[in-house]
Amino acid sequence: MSDAASKAGRWVDLANPTRFINFAGIVLPWLVGITLLVLAAGLWMSFQAPDDYQQGSTVKIMFIHVPFAWLSMMCYTVMSISAIGTLVWRHPLADVSAKAAAPIGAAFTALALITGSLWGKPMWGTWWVWDARLTSVFVLFLMYLGIIALTRAMDDPAKSSKATAILTLVGFINIPIIKFSVDWWNTLHQPASVIRMGGPTIHPSLLWPLLVMAVGFTLLFFTLHIMAMRNEIWRRRVVAMRRIAARSAERRGVSS
Amino acid sequence: MTHTAFVLASYGVSIAVLVALVGWILIDQRTQRLALQELETRGIRRRSEARTDNAS
Repeated sequence: MSDAASKAGRWVDLANPTRFINFAGIVLPWLVGITLLVLAAGLWMSFQAPDDYQQGSTVKIMFIHVPFAWLSMMCYTVMSISAIGTLVWRHPLADVSAKAAAPIGAAFTALALITGSLWGKPMWGTWWVWDARLTSVFVLFLMYLGIIALTRAMDDPAKSSKATAILTLVGFINIPIIKFSVDWWNTLHQPASVIRMGGPTIHPSLLWPLLVMAVGFTLLFFTLHIMAMRNEIWRRRVVAMRRIAARSAERRGVSS
Repeated sequence: MTHTAFVLASYGVSIAVLVALVGWILIDQRTQRLALQELETRGIRRRSEARTDNAS
């Protein structure tokens, strides 16, 4: 019990920006190494994997498309949890996390849309259709762009953090819509085939490379997120220190 | 039935976007580190650091 409490205490300690930077310094070299190893293994397994009997070689696009699509939703979920942290505990690190994650999420969502389109042309015969899944993911991409614009519209993060957190939480309604769009509506996009009742419908020879790639890209996301959070903390320190410098210069100017 | 061009284009675009993302984060990291170093060499301290200095 006390062990669990001390563990929780250690996690709360991370919410201190200085402690977070120390933590990032220790963890990042390991995370970078593991990410590169898992992604290399995933890529090797992907190229070794046999062609699908229906999709042919385009099944290789799935090994990156599915992880990108999964990360586009996971990143938004991380941002929504951060938004709760901003609104409930008003913790500055929660806003740092949300702001740092937005461009990474936008990049993964753009890649999910592009790779999906490049798969759709040979397999569906069209680059794009306005069906429920594709449209809801496109809306997610626009949400990311809106959040990026809002977090960078105001100089003072204290002003933009609350508005960003509310916008992020309102947009979270889109995540279950994306996830269940293939069940609720008649879409061209295939329904879930990995995480579903009754187990995956994919042959192990194709499922394993997909899972390893998904783990690799998830590790990549956390590596980049921790790096971007550390950059954001440093950026805020630079702004705060420049203000102190300007004020002391002003005082010197007045006294002389 | 080969669609190698579509597969190569997918991997190519993904690598390009991810390299740009990582590059942007690394450039930002360098910019902030240099700015912090420059301010510290000018002897500017954050309020929280100044407070701990006074206390000691």
